[in-house]
Amino acid sequence: MLGLNKKDTSLFLIVVALTVFAPFILNPFPVGSDLAQFNAGYPDLMQRFLIFGIFAIGFNILFGLTGYLSFGHAAFLGVGSYAGVWMMKLLTMNVVPAILVSVVVAGLFSLLVGWISLRRSGIYFSILTLAFAQMSFALAYSVLTPITGGETGLQLSLSDPRVFGVSATPQGSIPLTNFFGLEMRDSAELALGGWLFTFNAGYYLCAVLMLAAFYVAIRIFRSPFGMMLKAVKSNQQRMQYTGLNPKPYTLAAFVISGMYAGLAGGLMVSMDPLAGAERMFWTASGEVVLMTILGGAGTLIGPVLGAGFIKYMENIVSKINEGILHTWFGFLPDGLEDFVVAVFYPFVGKGWHLTLGIMFMLVVIFLPGGIVEGGQRIARLFRRRPARAHERSVGAPSSSAAE
Amino acid sequence: MNKLTINRRGLIKSTAVVGAGLAMPHIFTRRANAFTNEPTGSTVTLGFNVPQTGPYADEGLDQLRAYQLAVEHLNGEGDGGMLNTFSSKALSGNGILGKKVAYVTGDTQTKSDAARASARSMIEKDGAVMITGGSSSGVAVAVQALCQEAGVIFMAGLTHANDTTGKDKKANGFRHFFNSYMSGAALAPVLETAYGTDRNAYYLTADYNWGYTTEQAIREATEAMGWNTVETVLTPLAATDFSSYIAPVLNSDADVLVLVHYGGNMVNSLTNAVQFGLRERQKNGKQFEIVVPLYSELMAKGAGANIKGIFGSQNWDWKLENMLGDRYVGTNAFVRSFGEKYGFPPSQAAHTGYVQAILYADAVERAGSFNPCAVAEALEGFEFDGLGNGPTLYRADDHQCFKDVVVVKGKENPEDEFDLVEIVEVTPTEQVTYAPDHPQFAGGELGSCNPGA
Repeated sequence: MLGLNKKDTSLFLIVVALTVFAPFILNPFPVGSDLAQFNAGYPDLMQRFLIFGIFAIGFNILFGLTGYLSFGHAAFLGVGSYAGVWMMKLLTMNVVPAILVSVVVAGLFSLLVGWISLRRSGIYFSILTLAFAQMSFALAYSVLTPITGGETGLQLSLSDPRVFGVSATPQGSIPLTNFFGLEMRDSAELALGGWLFTFNAGYYLCAVLMLAAFYVAIRIFRSPFGMMLKAVKSNQQRMQYTGLNPKPYTLAAFVISGMYAGLAGGLMVSMDPLAGAERMFWTASGEVVLMTILGGAGTLIGPVLGAGFIKYMENIVSKINEGILHTWFGFLPDGLEDFVVAVFYPFVGKGWHLTLGIMFMLVVIFLPGGIVEGGQRIARLFRRRPARAHERSVGAPSSSAAE
Repeated sequence: MNKLTINRRGLIKSTAVVGAGLAMPHIFTRRANAFTNEPTGSTVTLGFNVPQTGPYADEGLDQLRAYQLAVEHLNGEGDGGMLNTFSSKALSGNGILGKKVAYVTGDTQTKSDAARASARSMIEKDGAVMITGGSSSGVAVAVQALCQEAGVIFMAGLTHANDTTGKDKKANGFRHFFNSYMSGAALAPVLETAYGTDRNAYYLTADYNWGYTTEQAIREATEAMGWNTVETVLTPLAATDFSSYIAPVLNSDADVLVLVHYGGNMVNSLTNAVQFGLRERQKNGKQFEIVVPLYSELMAKGAGANIKGIFGSQNWDWKLENMLGDRYVGTNAFVRSFGEKYGFPPSQAAHTGYVQAILYADAVERAGSFNPCAVAEALEGFEFDGLGNGPTLYRADDHQCFKDVVVVKGKENPEDEFDLVEIVEVTPTEQVTYAPDHPQFAGGELGSCNPGA
């Protein structure tokens, strides 16, 4: 289907199903229950899952295929965001121009950065991209304050021109981001028993673009161009000896992944119209590397899973505070309760980085292929079970004989 | 190519689908509330969004302690703190409008993006009807804009830049903390008496919004009394060593150094300045002096002995009532209940957070509704007393509180680790009040309040 082979088609359909039904899947607990703390099915976080999913898919096209580790990818996300907000300030609150321009501007910026950085490979390339990203951050944070809003971030105001829209609504507030009139904040809610499911317009716009991005990524992975990129990863020198110049391929991959980052940035401001300089900081670039490795670099679905995992930790685990722990362990006797809370407390709330770090270490040490490898191992376990059961029934008499 | 054929089975199927589609609006219900997150149960949820990690984590955690204390007092637990001294008696200790106060907390990480994500999850997931907190201006401005858009009230925490109630002010946002302009206006007369009118000042300014507005405020206030500005130099926010910025000061004609730095930055730059011998230096026949516009106990702790005798300004200090008497009533009540619960005196970040939570609850009680527009109306132009700062006005034009500003200096012989700053003078409200259209605050509009939904 759609030019995909059978295996990819089923993968794509699974991803489609997951994104469409995410509001149900992410809200497994009834609203009133103690476990509602772990529900992730609210618009902001669902949008973030998809947006960072796009970002990580794009990063994976560069890192997973060519092996070039860019440490400055957040810069493209940031540039895309700024371009998006400027479109909303100058043109209209419709998100379409914002998203398109973000992709184009991020693409152009990545062309410039890639053209310079790709003169080197390996660690030198990583350092060059890191330097570019930090330069962009520093510029955005202070020197370019008139364009970027500096520390405060670039935001909309009542006095923006918005030539194709209105500067302010009749009620005197800033108009909301919309897709041809459909407001991104708009949500429909479905209450079933104790459960409440939210279907957000912005989320479904992100979903459509994420699926498109995912589809394009599959096509790139399976194309002759993707093959060339894999060749760059396995042995660039050998590639050169056979008379192929790897540079155009790597540059194309770099620009494509920069455009993915731009798309993510554009979507981010479409959902929440503010662009802060911190999203270009090197830790943000590091985060996408973590997402990709955690999920499984070089796999199609891995980066999306990794992005979801990290964003879940950041938004859900960081909000568990001491009071909540006390209500959880309230059934224990007093002294024991305090002890258990004291044991768990460093790992939740402000300690969520610690939990994330431990998870990352465990994954890298025991599942070098990331979450995807974990999934494959579990799948293999289930697939082998019948065979093993058969083996055991055959082997059983001999072992009892040995006793 | 497929041909479109209509048969009986297909027709029935598509009719069923269309029918289901038309029935959808009956299954999906929009929230039919009058405003965002209208509390319908027996509790009301407030969102405390503070930095728990990052450079201002100390301030954030202290704020969180104060918020928890405020919730206790609102729910009628503990000794009631400032509720006993507060001039408005609408709050009776049975929650807000009879609903028990619950809260959720989040980590802003001192980043606008993370702060907005955290605030959005409080609004969308936990149903928070008010967001408060924040220990830096960038974050405050970002979250304020979000709250305006989402239709909830934002009670700003520790944010000192003019922009929060200046060019970035919003109808749903309110600030109790003082601002850069007030620091300048409060410090200038004290500096005039201490150092005279004939001084050459050199500025090292943190290179971001707060730095710009504070430098401008101090410069304009001191130039008005006759000081001369020799040079203003921007320093990167991430800098940890300021030696290369201090050296040129020695070669200049300056006899006063103004360090527009906050937190760790200020601790480092001040240490460097002292190492270069600036405090023993004589220039133009006068003793060389250092000024730090915005002070906090936590910074004084970090700077240690270097801070002794250096002037700065504060929003509030825990010794205020003891030193200056009844005008600042409420201070001791708050310090007592905070101290009993946590074992040490509160910082000014904690104070402003506590007061903001109480002010919000009181406004809801007086308005008789959680509707943001009603609450905003109750807060606008509200005059109150007994919350530790003396008589205070929440000005309707820009949602900024006007009250006395405390001018402090590093204490020469501190008695213990909490007694690091000494109150020099309190500049009365009239001297720090400005017109709403003052050039330092120009360029923004409040807009109209947004109840969401």
